Amino acid sequence: MLQENNLENIITTKDLSVFYGTTQAIHKINLNIPRNRITAIIGPSGCGKSTLIRCFNRMNDLVPSARVDGEVVYSDQNIYGTEVDPVHIRRQIGMVFQKPNPFPKSVYENIAFGAKINNYKGNMDELVEKSLRQAALWDEVKDELDKSGLALSGGQQQRLCIARALATEPELILMDEPASALDPIATLKIEELMQDLKEQYTIIIVTHNMQQASRASDYTAFISIDRTRIEERVGVLVEYDQTSKIFVNPAEKETEDYISGRFG
Amino acid sequence: MRLGKSTADIFDRRLSQATSLPGKPKWSKLKEKWIARILFFCGFFSVLVTIGIIISLFSEAVGFFLRPEVSIFKFFTGTTWRPLLKTVSPDNFGVLPLITGTLLIAVISALISVPIGLGSAIYLSEYSSDRLRSILKPILEILAGIPSVVYGYFALSFITPLIKTIFEIWLGLEVGFFNALSAAVVLGIMIIPTVASISEDAMRAVPRSLREAAYSLGATKFEAVSKVIVPAALSGITAAFILAISRAVGETMAVTIAAGATPQVTLNPLKSVQTMTSFIVQVSFGDAPAGSINGQSIFAVGATLFTMTFIMNVISDFVLNKFREVYE
Amino acid sequence: MIQSKKEQFRENLEKRHSAAKFFYFLLLICLLIGFFTLSVLIIDLAIEGGPWLRSQLFTNYHSRKPEEAGMKSAIFGSLINLGLTGLFSFPLGVGAAIYLEEYAPKNKLTSFINININNLAGVPSIVYGMLGLVVFGRMFGLFAPDSWLVQLLNLPVGKGALGGLQFNLFNIPWLEIRLPFGRTILAGGLTMTMLILPVVIIASREAIRSVPNSIRDAAYALGATKWQMISTQVLPIAFPGILTGIILSLSRAIGETAPLIIMGAFTYVPFLPESLWDQFTVMPIQIYNWITLPQAEYRVHLAAAGIIVLLAVLLSLNAIAVFLRKKFEIHWS
Repeated sequence: MLQENNLENIITTKDLSVFYGTTQAIHKINLNIPRNRITAIIGPSGCGKSTLIRCFNRMNDLVPSARVDGEVVYSDQNIYGTEVDPVHIRRQIGMVFQKPNPFPKSVYENIAFGAKINNYKGNMDELVEKSLRQAALWDEVKDELDKSGLALSGGQQQRLCIARALATEPELILMDEPASALDPIATLKIEELMQDLKEQYTIIIVTHNMQQASRASDYTAFISIDRTRIEERVGVLVEYDQTSKIFVNPAEKETEDYISGRFG
Repeated sequence: MRLGKSTADIFDRRLSQATSLPGKPKWSKLKEKWIARILFFCGFFSVLVTIGIIISLFSEAVGFFLRPEVSIFKFFTGTTWRPLLKTVSPDNFGVLPLITGTLLIAVISALISVPIGLGSAIYLSEYSSDRLRSILKPILEILAGIPSVVYGYFALSFITPLIKTIFEIWLGLEVGFFNALSAAVVLGIMIIPTVASISEDAMRAVPRSLREAAYSLGATKFEAVSKVIVPAALSGITAAFILAISRAVGETMAVTIAAGATPQVTLNPLKSVQTMTSFIVQVSFGDAPAGSINGQSIFAVGATLFTMTFIMNVISDFVLNKFREVYE
Repeated sequence: MIQSKKEQFRENLEKRHSAAKFFYFLLLICLLIGFFTLSVLIIDLAIEGGPWLRSQLFTNYHSRKPEEAGMKSAIFGSLINLGLTGLFSFPLGVGAAIYLEEYAPKNKLTSFINININNLAGVPSIVYGMLGLVVFGRMFGLFAPDSWLVQLLNLPVGKGALGGLQFNLFNIPWLEIRLPFGRTILAGGLTMTMLILPVVIIASREAIRSVPNSIRDAAYALGATKWQMISTQVLPIAFPGILTGIILSLSRAIGETAPLIIMGAFTYVPFLPESLWDQFTVMPIQIYNWITLPQAEYRVHLAAAGIIVLLAVLLSLNAIAVFLRKKFEIHWS
């Protein structure tokens, strides 16, 4: 895949495969995710995009039947190595979910949560404000930090979740279809936010929405079902390149079929 | 009264033909009506039971309070309960010792049943595998099914000697053979399954997305449970707590066997006390005649007991429903 | 360890993980307490009561000589009481459940009935004893010689111990009725029925509710009346669940002591009740009696043996309920 010159990779997968029990979800995926860029993962539903992204912060560990083969390398270490503590990883890699899931606590407490459990010694008020500003939510809630997170609108809740993830000062932010439960205006806000965030952070976003991927991302990975064993529905990496290339002149026919809406 | 053929008759006949019953349309409609009436009576019967309870308790209680030897004010404020004394005077019918005895045991038992029940529920809902749960839940159910008398026996044969060992021999305190602590411990164990079951339901109701959010922020399991899940299930857990006390207040045989029959106002659980329920049982064993003062006193105590548990149950329901957390 | 680049997050991972482990350990202790109690109880019962599980326990009545004491009348009384309770609670409970699930309109009365049933389920069992005493045992004193009813209707009530009104229904010799019911096994059965009724209703409702609506629709479409639909389709399907609920309620009833004491069951019954109007005792009362006697043979050994018998009956009832549930479970595809 073509990469801009002198671009550092933040996280890399090597022959990454995931099994749930005896069923395989994804097969030997190799990806280098560049730092300070937005990488989109697209593909038809049920191909393992969520499974893939959840490998990056070891959220698959929470599923008892999940088994991971291959490596995920972050900071020169395989995060699935035996000496690595998933709790530690998850502080450095933040996640935003498809449906906004703020805690039933105040806005302030939501943001402070991650910092508190990690024994943050700095000024909490500053951290909360900084995170809310970065998530473009500060002006809307600054006078109501005690309000329950659940009292916000859907779009605001999702930005709250982003602010919450930012509060632990991660390097990498994973977003699993963050706007699919939101209206178009809220979606646009999130996309603008992502562009602002990419200066400081790296973002990997799973999305169903191809317009979103082509608008908002720098690189795109297309995951689809392994054609050699269609009934098993195993996800493989079909193509991975700069977004401009994927959407204008894809190398694989399968990619082109998907993008033009012929299937998926 | 239907005269001659009407559409109703024809329809009914078709009906009975279709269902191949000997057609007697008028009979079948009448039958349906009466069945509905009988079933309504069955449904309404429970209301009659409640009315029956209220009338039984309160009519006799009122009869008790109308007696010249009893003063309703002294009943609720007096600290001496000596109903069997020859000199019958209002001073001997102060119910506070029974209430404090009941509450002392109930509160201590809740201090045991709530943490342990909650802990069991947390383990079952957050930590255990399905296979382990299928072994542990039946154990809790068995614990819940053991009759109160058996717990009373367990108190005397195991718990009381244990308490005596700990408090008398090791700590040098005075421990009566019948003591409130023994009853409270056994009651606590008895109520663990109730608390565990309600708390587990409350925690299962917390959506998975909240757990995922907590873990994705880098929380350990303990942090996720203590700072997100349990607070999110708090209304259910509070309801479980109130219910635990309510059940403990209403329990009879285990406390009667273990705590003795010494009505006294005390906060010392190592002494013997008497609860409202064990007083009622004590009198019932004694064959007091129907209209006698003791025969009626049990209804005054019973009415007090019923009111207390009723209020607690209502509060528990209220907490459960009004404060049910909205997650989305 | 992957190095964290932000010093302000002094993560204390080790401390947090130890806290997590300690918490897990505490949780295990919570679980073990229940398990531990059961084990100690079973072992204690086996040791103290096992050797006393002899035939005398089942063939003899209570006696002043411990070696000859048994719980024959208590076992018999418990079983009769159980049978009566089941007999009365089945139609009342299932009828109420059918009404509430199939007939009741959504109005204030129905929700009142619902709230009422839930409240009754939480009333202490001793209160049901007092209900039984006044309503069934004494019948509000309506049949005492000096009551207004007796005076008004000039009823021929007897005086003294066998007081109250006695007559034969429709003049059939063996269909004797006595009012009030007094301290008899009939009153005991009725008292326990009141106690378990709320739970029977709740369990039966669940069983009826689990019958899919498609079955009801199919029956109606074939022209069945409401009762035909219920009696021929819904009830047979819901029956195992209902039966399980009743058996589980009965297994709770068999261990109840206080309500029966209050309502007037006796402690010492040296005969087997032969009619509904006889005095009676039940196993938990006999066990309680033994626990309170000073001699160790009674309060430790016989009590333990009695408890073993009681728990055996209880366990059998539960096992039957579980077996029935598994056997008749319908798996809707």
